[in-house]
Amino acid sequence: MEPHEEKPIIYTMENKPIVTSLYGSLTQQLPREPMEWRRTYGRAPKMIYLEANFVQFKEELLPKEGNKALLTFPFLHVYWTDCCDSEVYKASVKEDMQRWQAALRLHGSVDWIIAVVESDNKKKNKTNLLPRTSIVDKIRSDFCNKQSDRCVSLCEPLKESSRSQESWSSFLTKLRTLLLMSFTRNLGRFEDDMRTLREKRTEPGWSFCDYFMVQEELAFVFEMLQQFEDALVQYDELDALFTQYVLNFGAGDGANWLGSFCQPVRSWNGLLLRRPIDMEKRDLIQRGEASLLDLRSYLFSRQCTLLIFLQRPWEVTARALELLHNCVQELRLLEVCVREREFRHVCEACVNKKLKEALSSVEAFEKHYLELSHAAMEMYRAIGRLRSARLVGKSLAEFYMRKGDPQSAENFLLDSLKSYVSESWGLPLTHTRKQIAECQKRLQKMDEYLQTSALLASDTNLSDDERRHFCQEILTFATQTAEGKGQQKDARVALSMSSFTRLQELRFRPSSALVHVSAALQLELRLCSLMPVPVTLEQISASIHFTQEQPGSTAQKRAAQNPDGTVTFPAASPASGSASALELCEILEHSSSDNALSSAGVACRNMHLLMRRHDSSTSLDTPNTAPAVAMEDAAQMLRASDVTLLPGNNSIVFTAPSQKPGTYTLRQLCATLGRVQFILPHLYPVVQYEVYSQEPQLSIQPLTEHLLAGLPQQVKFTILTGHYSVKKGDALQLSNTDSMPVLHSSTCSARILSSSAELLAESALSIQSSEKVTSISLPVTPPYHTLEFLLEVLCHIPSCPARMESERLTNGQISRRSRTRFNSGMTLIDQKVSVDCPWSIYSTLVSLTFHVPFTIKHSLLSAGRRKFIQVCLRNVSDTNFRLTNQTLTENQHSPSLELCSLNTKTHSLVFRQQCVFSVWELRWSGVLPVSVHCEFSAAFAPADAPDAALKPYRYDFTLERVSTLYSVRAEIRPAEGEQQCCTGSLCRLEVSLTRLSEASDSDEEYSETDGLRSSRLLYEVMDNSSNWAVCGKSSGVVSMPVAAMATHKVHMEVMPLFAGHLLVPSIRVFKYQPRLTSPVIQPDTDSCLENDSLSLEDQAETASLRSRGSVQSLGSGESAQPRGPMPKRQAFGPGQVFSGTQGQQVLVLPAADLHLMEVNVT
Amino acid sequence: MNCPLYIRSVPTQGELKFHYTVHTSLDVVEEKISGVGKALADQRELYLGLLYPTEDYKVYGYVTNSKVKFVIVVDSSNTSLRDNEIRSMFRKLHNSFTDVMCNPFYNPGDPIQSKAFDSIVSTMMVQAC
Repeated sequence: MEPHEEKPIIYTMENKPIVTSLYGSLTQQLPREPMEWRRTYGRAPKMIYLEANFVQFKEELLPKEGNKALLTFPFLHVYWTDCCDSEVYKASVKEDMQRWQAALRLHGSVDWIIAVVESDNKKKNKTNLLPRTSIVDKIRSDFCNKQSDRCVSLCEPLKESSRSQESWSSFLTKLRTLLLMSFTRNLGRFEDDMRTLREKRTEPGWSFCDYFMVQEELAFVFEMLQQFEDALVQYDELDALFTQYVLNFGAGDGANWLGSFCQPVRSWNGLLLRRPIDMEKRDLIQRGEASLLDLRSYLFSRQCTLLIFLQRPWEVTARALELLHNCVQELRLLEVCVREREFRHVCEACVNKKLKEALSSVEAFEKHYLELSHAAMEMYRAIGRLRSARLVGKSLAEFYMRKGDPQSAENFLLDSLKSYVSESWGLPLTHTRKQIAECQKRLQKMDEYLQTSALLASDTNLSDDERRHFCQEILTFATQTAEGKGQQKDARVALSMSSFTRLQELRFRPSSALVHVSAALQLELRLCSLMPVPVTLEQISASIHFTQEQPGSTAQKRAAQNPDGTVTFPAASPASGSASALELCEILEHSSSDNALSSAGVACRNMHLLMRRHDSSTSLDTPNTAPAVAMEDAAQMLRASDVTLLPGNNSIVFTAPSQKPGTYTLRQLCATLGRVQFILPHLYPVVQYEVYSQEPQLSIQPLTEHLLAGLPQQVKFTILTGHYSVKKGDALQLSNTDSMPVLHSSTCSARILSSSAELLAESALSIQSSEKVTSISLPVTPPYHTLEFLLEVLCHIPSCPARMESERLTNGQISRRSRTRFNSGMTLIDQKVSVDCPWSIYSTLVSLTFHVPFTIKHSLLSAGRRKFIQVCLRNVSDTNFRLTNQTLTENQHSPSLELCSLNTKTHSLVFRQQCVFSVWELRWSGVLPVSVHCEFSAAFAPADAPDAALKPYRYDFTLERVSTLYSVRAEIRPAEGEQQCCTGSLCRLEVSLTRLSEASDSDEEYSETDGLRSSRLLYEVMDNSSNWAVCGKSSGVVSMPVAAMATHKVHMEVMPLFAGHLLVPSIRVFKYQPRLTSPVIQPDTDSCLENDSLSLEDQAETASLRSRGSVQSLGSGESAQPRGPMPKRQAFGPGQVFSGTQGQQVLVLPAADLHLMEVNVT
Repeated sequence: MNCPLYIRSVPTQGELKFHYTVHTSLDVVEEKISGVGKALADQRELYLGLLYPTEDYKVYGYVTNSKVKFVIVVDSSNTSLRDNEIRSMFRKLHNSFTDVMCNPFYNPGDPIQSKAFDSIVSTMMVQAC
């Protein structure tokens, strides 16, 4: 910081030259240590370094009453004395001090101090004198009646002794304290006075200039004290006060004193940033003669000085700019006239040589203007204010344009256009573009000019007249012949389409955008013309890229196409340059082999736009990009000629080529207008359509969910003609089969449908049947159409469900034409139909599955010797049927056999999933044959169709071993002497086996023992309900003689386990084949049987399942195998053994309680 | 970023000039936003103060936490608008803008076409004239 000349003044009074030598060190050492300055009005205390000037006291220098000057104010008075002799003191010093004090009192100064300087040499000389302290005491008692601290003794100040140092520093402290007190007091009083003066500012006669002087005095003092911040505050307050007055004046509240500031501006020296105080201006202010600019300049120069002291130079420039703008406003408010003549004065007075020079001639001005502009642009660029730099560039361009130098202007304009385009500032954009158009026109850059004109013609910020003008520019150029412009070889001019029209939507008809070869496909393009007038285009065309891809493989590429066949072009949003949204789409990939989903994902379609660096220049609609637009050559085109585009929405319909199968992608769009072409280089999103070729197909499908066998059923023939066109005379040849005849009626008709499932025609079918072939003549059908007709077929139910047949086909093939399967209770018949189609040399084989609606079961029932046959017919379909004419016949027509129906109804309804039972009694005379072949037949029809023809249903079955051989009876009697059976007591079980008829055939095995033929039977007591306990053996083998009515009785003992009506245990009888070859009756077989019962059981079961032959072979092999197989038992056929007591019950009483209770009595 | 969401000027004849002025003032706004060495407490201050004075106009700036910028240009001779008035105008604008953003049908980045916002601006312009 620069040393300051001004310092607070300390007046000194001394009478000895020795003291003057102290001033030097005092002025040096006083500011060495800071003091804390406590401030009034709540201002924060601050540390302050005090400085002072020591001035010889003269009474005439003391401020007079009313003098407001603070700078020259004596803040402290010091009286120095080195008197140590009380005599001398009394004689002269005291008097002098009194005079000094009186003068101080007269001027109201209370800040004083008396310093008594002692020196050693004096002490030596006058050792006998009074101690020096007494002088100090004396002075204290004389002058400082209450303030003893006002008198300080200084001990040999020029010596280096510690004593002198100590007293010196305490003196300094004292001096600082008193000085600070004085500041506080005097400044406080001054500020109070100043405030009072400011309060009076509304009174008439108050002068701002006077007040200015007062407050500036305070600022000076602060500056003197190096409190620059406080000093600046004073000036800022003055500044604000003045500004407020000017504003009030502008608002009509004028103050008298402002008059002087309203005087016309004569000259102005410009701003002076730093300078010693401009006393000339200060005097003007003091005299009230300063002009507005004088005052402002002075105030600003003072503020600048302080700001620089405060080391805040940047504020200087900021305030300078503010001041200049403010001054202009204030001059206007105060209605100060600045006349031209005076302006010249102002300029002349200017110290700026350059300005003078610039104003001297046009060339010089131009030079300086360019220099300054370029400097400003460079500076702006350097600090990153690009927009400002471009704005300067633009005004520079305007300058060049006026000068007739469009070449130089162009780049500046294009540069500034860039920022308006990138930030979408409409009005500046339009304005700049208009300037560019002017510039390009002058430069004869026709391509660029036309592109700019197109943009302007579509610019809604312009008036209609202007837009029409620019549109007309294009139209005029377009109709001009190329010869007019010799230098232009290429007659055509390509412009970007985006400025001409905005694409909205493209619609495919049909909406699938998928057609067969040479089908009609139309594209409707909807676009919005941005031109202000109707424009007639010679041609609008779209180039097509063709790839021979398989249809379907491009399905995911066409994701942008909506299901309704439209492609919506994204509207160019105003902020499109900066942030466009993520365009996400779903991607599903199917594996080529089985069309199963192999991967699924989400992809971002506009990633290339989003991932781009944003600072790299975006492709803008600047004319620079226009030459890059070029129409590519394409083999195929969509074309529409002589299209008039009205302003606003338009619709153009194209007919798309579809001669070859493959994928067609729209690439570019081009509108031709004379020599001008508007080109859209890339259509986005991708627009594609596909053309496919298809082989003809035949399918035969049932009309209902299931086809039922045995009833006429309708099947639907569907022919997709594909690329084949059905000609007159084409026919389908169905090879006939017996199992499934085709029932044709005259009402048969075929429907012809277009590829979009529209019904086109209906025509009758002619069907001719020969022995082997049914021929169906097809109506004429164009390619890629659908032909449908219904045919009735009947699948016969094979009478024997298990029978399979193979037939010889008409075309010589041996094939199983129908196959019967069983599936979950239903009988299914797969019927193959062989069809010869006119488009193929091969036969088409179609399989139809028929369901047999019924399942059937038969059973043989016996009652003693009488026999009954029961047939159970179950309806397994979901249709209800009428059933009539149920008959059972014997196939061999044996006269001895008779079947008597026991059924009362001839008609019955079989509901779905329900059964119908019918029973016949088998009567015979003579011997019953071993097997009886029967055939069940019935007629059925759907119950809900009363007039439907009845269809037959047949069922063949064979009954074997029908006649009853044995009758078994079991009887239970109480034990001897008992009336009733009781639980826990043994009862007798008598089993009697009776042969009913003489064995006649090889039905049974016989053994010959001693010439007596007999057959062996194994009986077994079966008690499944565990009611009985068999005591002893529960089974045994008996030999039955072959004679009729031979009876065998077996007795056993059983014990009932429960009381009540108990079922008699059932007796099972088996044929028995002994293990041993020797036909010896072993009475004790039982033990053997007991042991082998398990193995017996197993073999008996397998044997029962085997055919009779195998059993015989077993028997015949007995001799060959001496060790033979285990004994075997074989079950009788159903009905061969009749149990006469089945279901009989026996009453069993509870046992009498015979338990004794012992009672002991003592 | 930096594309105009809403511009209004009264009277309309000098509109173009104000567009240029406001666009250029974005330089200063960006400079102030990115200003380094800013104290933490300052960062909560949305009002940017006087951006730069010109001879005829005063340009004030304000930036929301989401870096949406408001710029007010007033005639320099209009002495009734002090810092405090401008500050409260910005606050009103910000409040109304927040309402606009709360509208679920408003797509951030689109030009503002809200009647409520319009009327707030209109009342402020009446007050300023």
